[in-house]
Amino acid sequence: MSMFLETLIGGLLAGTMYSMVAIGFVLIYKASGVFNYAQGSILLFAALTFVSLTDQGVPAFGAIALTIALLVLMAITIERLLLRPLTNRSPMTLFMATLGLSYLVEAVAQGTMGSQVRALDLGIDDLPIFLGDIMISQFDLVAAGVALTLGIALSLLFNRTRIGIQLRGVADDTRAALSLGIDINRIWQIVWAVAGIVGLVAGLLWGARQGVQFSLSLVVLKALPVLIIGGFTSIAGAILGGLIVGASESLAETYIGPFLGGGITPWFAYALALVFLFIRPAGLFGERQIERV
Amino acid sequence: MKRLLLAALLAGTVFSATSAALAADVSQYIPLPTYRVGAYASSGELWWAGERDYFRYINEVEGGVEGVKLNYEEFETEWSPDRTVEVYERVKAGKDGSPLAFFFTHGTPATYALLEKAAADKIPLIDPAGGKTETVDGTVFPYAFPLLFSYYSQASTGINYIASKVGGFDKLKGLKIATVYHDSAYGRASQPAIDLLAKKYGFENIQIPVADPGNEQSPQWRQVREQKPDWVFLRTWGVSTVVAIKTAQRFGFPADHIIGDVWAGSESDVIPAGKAAIGYSALAPYPGGTDFDIHKRLKAEILDKGKSDLRDQKLFGAVNYNVGLVNAALAVEALRTGYKHFGARPLNGEEGRWAFEHLTIDDARLKQIGFEGLLQPIKITPFDHEGGGAARIQSWDGQKWVLKTDWIKADHELLNPLIKDGAAAYAKEHGITPRTPEAETN
Repeated sequence: MSMFLETLIGGLLAGTMYSMVAIGFVLIYKASGVFNYAQGSILLFAALTFVSLTDQGVPAFGAIALTIALLVLMAITIERLLLRPLTNRSPMTLFMATLGLSYLVEAVAQGTMGSQVRALDLGIDDLPIFLGDIMISQFDLVAAGVALTLGIALSLLFNRTRIGIQLRGVADDTRAALSLGIDINRIWQIVWAVAGIVGLVAGLLWGARQGVQFSLSLVVLKALPVLIIGGFTSIAGAILGGLIVGASESLAETYIGPFLGGGITPWFAYALALVFLFIRPAGLFGERQIERV
Repeated sequence: MKRLLLAALLAGTVFSATSAALAADVSQYIPLPTYRVGAYASSGELWWAGERDYFRYINEVEGGVEGVKLNYEEFETEWSPDRTVEVYERVKAGKDGSPLAFFFTHGTPATYALLEKAAADKIPLIDPAGGKTETVDGTVFPYAFPLLFSYYSQASTGINYIASKVGGFDKLKGLKIATVYHDSAYGRASQPAIDLLAKKYGFENIQIPVADPGNEQSPQWRQVREQKPDWVFLRTWGVSTVVAIKTAQRFGFPADHIIGDVWAGSESDVIPAGKAAIGYSALAPYPGGTDFDIHKRLKAEILDKGKSDLRDQKLFGAVNYNVGLVNAALAVEALRTGYKHFGARPLNGEEGRWAFEHLTIDDARLKQIGFEGLLQPIKITPFDHEGGGAARIQSWDGQKWVLKTDWIKADHELLNPLIKDGAAAYAKEHGITPRTPEAETN
C-alpha cells in the first residue's frame, strides 16, 4: 500500500510541474484563441537569460527583474510585429506564426547565450522526506507549492482586478470587448508578458531539475495532454490536468509498464488524453463550443 | 619522326607534371554533418570545435596530410538522420575535384539510415563508438566502420570494471546489475552482450527503460530501489543522464555505484546534476582533460593564436572537445595510410575503405601524434572494423573528470561470435555474400 501511495503522491507532485507549463498556454489561448507553440521556447529563453545573468555576477533578484523586463519587451515586440498584422486571421495562421516564432526564439537564445548546459541551483536540494514508509521529494514539494501559489495569484488577477476583468471580456467576446473600448492590443501584450513570467517560473524549476538546456523547450510536449484533459481555457483545468497526467503516468509506469516492456510514460499521457477527447472533447473545465450550422 | 617522338615525349612530360601539380593542389574534401543548434547542440558545439581545431592544426602546422590539405565543410543537421541523409546525397560525389573518401555520420541513427546507401555507393561510413554493432564484421559490412568502441564492447568493459571493483569475475555471481537505458535503438544496443555476460558470470541482469526525453524518472528509480541492485549501468543520453543521477540520489542509490556509458559521461551530464554527481563514473574511450601532449600543441599553435573554433576556451579539453580531436585524428591517420599506399592525392570511397581497413596506430605512433593516453592503440582489419574495444574509467570529483584506470579491454573472445551471428543474419536477410578479404588484391 505504501508503494502505491508513494507512487501516487510522487506522480501528483510531478504533475504540478506539468501544470505550470500548461498554464502558460492557457493564458494566451484564453485571451486570444492562439495555441502558442512558442511557449516552450519562451520558457527556455527565460531560464537561459536568468542563468546567463547570474553567471555574469548579477544577484538572483536582479536577474529575475531583468529577465522579466526582457520578457515584457518581448511580449510588446511579438504583439506589434507578429500578432497585430495578423489580426482576424484564422487560428491556423496564428498557430503557424507561433511555430515560426519558436524557431526564432530558440535560435536567438542559443545564438546569443550559447548552447552549453548550465547548472541552476535554487538552493532546494532534491532530497527525500519520509512520511512513515512513504518517500516524498523535497524539491517536488516546493515545486507544488510554487504551482499552487501561481494558480492562486493568476486566479486573483483574473477575478479580482480590472485588468483581469478586461482579459476575461476579451476572452469571452473580442468584438464586444472592442466595442466597449477595451484596448485589445494592450491586453495581448499583458497576457503574453504574464505567460512569459509563468514560463520563467516553470523554466527555473525545470532548469533546476535537469539543467538549463535546449531540452527545456521540449517540456511543452507534456503540456499538450494536460491541456486536452483540463481544457484549453481554464487555469484550474491546467492544474487538475497536470495532476491527472502526473499521477496516472507514474502509476501506469510502475504497475502496467513492466507488462509492456516499460518506458510507457510519454505515450500513456497521450492515450489518456485521447480517451478524454472521446468522452469530453472540451476537457474537464474547457468551454464547450456551440455553433449554429 | 625523331622530332615527332621528341615532341610527344615533351608533351607527355608536361601533361603528367601538370596533372601531378593539379592533383597536389586538390585538397581532400571532408563534409561534416553537425548540430550546433537544437537539442544536442551542447555536445555538438564542442565536438566540432575539436574536429575543426585538429584539422586546422594539420593544415596549418603540418602542411596537410602527406602534403594534401583537408577541405572540411559543415552542414547543420540538428542531429536529424533525414537531414544527414540529405547532406550525404549532396556531397557523395565530392567537391572541387576531390572525391569522397569517407563520410562521418556523427550519430547512430544516421548510420542506420545510410547503411545500405553507402554500401551501394562504396563510401565508408565512419561512426566511432556508435553505429550498428554487427558492422564490426567487415566481411559483411565493408563500408561501415564503428571504430574504437562498439556497444557490445561498452557493455563488456563496464562489467569488467565492476568485476575489478568487487574483487574478480568470480565475485560477480549472485550480484544484481541493473541497466537503466534510454529506450531507443542506441539504449537497447548493448542488451545482447549484457545477456551473454550475465549468463557467463552468473549475475542477475535487470533492464529498466527510460522513455525519451527522460525528464521524469521517479518510477524507474523506485523500481531500482525495490530491486536493490548492487550496481547500475547507465546507458542514457542528454537530459536523461542528468535526471537519472539526480533521481538516483533522491532514491538513495549511491553515485559511486553507477557506471555511465560513453554517451553519458561528459561535463554536460554531470555539471547540472551538482553534488549528486560526485563519485559518478563513466566509460571513457575519449577521456576528458588537457593533460595530453596534443593539447599542448594545440594550445600553442591554435588556441593562443586565436584560431580555435571554441567559443569558450574554458571548455578546452572537455570530453566532447576530445571526442572531436580523437575522431579527427582517426580520419587523418587513415588518410595518411591511404596516401602512402595510393599516392598523395584525394582518395575515393573504395580507396578510403582500404585506408581505414589498414589503419594501425600503435603506442609509438600515438606518442608521435601527441595522443598517448587520450586514444587507445588501434588496429583495423577487413575482419575487424572496431579495432580497439577498450576504454578508461573516469570519475567526476565535482569539478573535473579524474581518470581512474588505464585502458580496460572488452572480452572480444566472448563478443565476436555474437557479432558474427548478427552479421550473418543480416547477410542472409539482405542477400549479401560475405567477402573474402584474403583473396582481395590492392
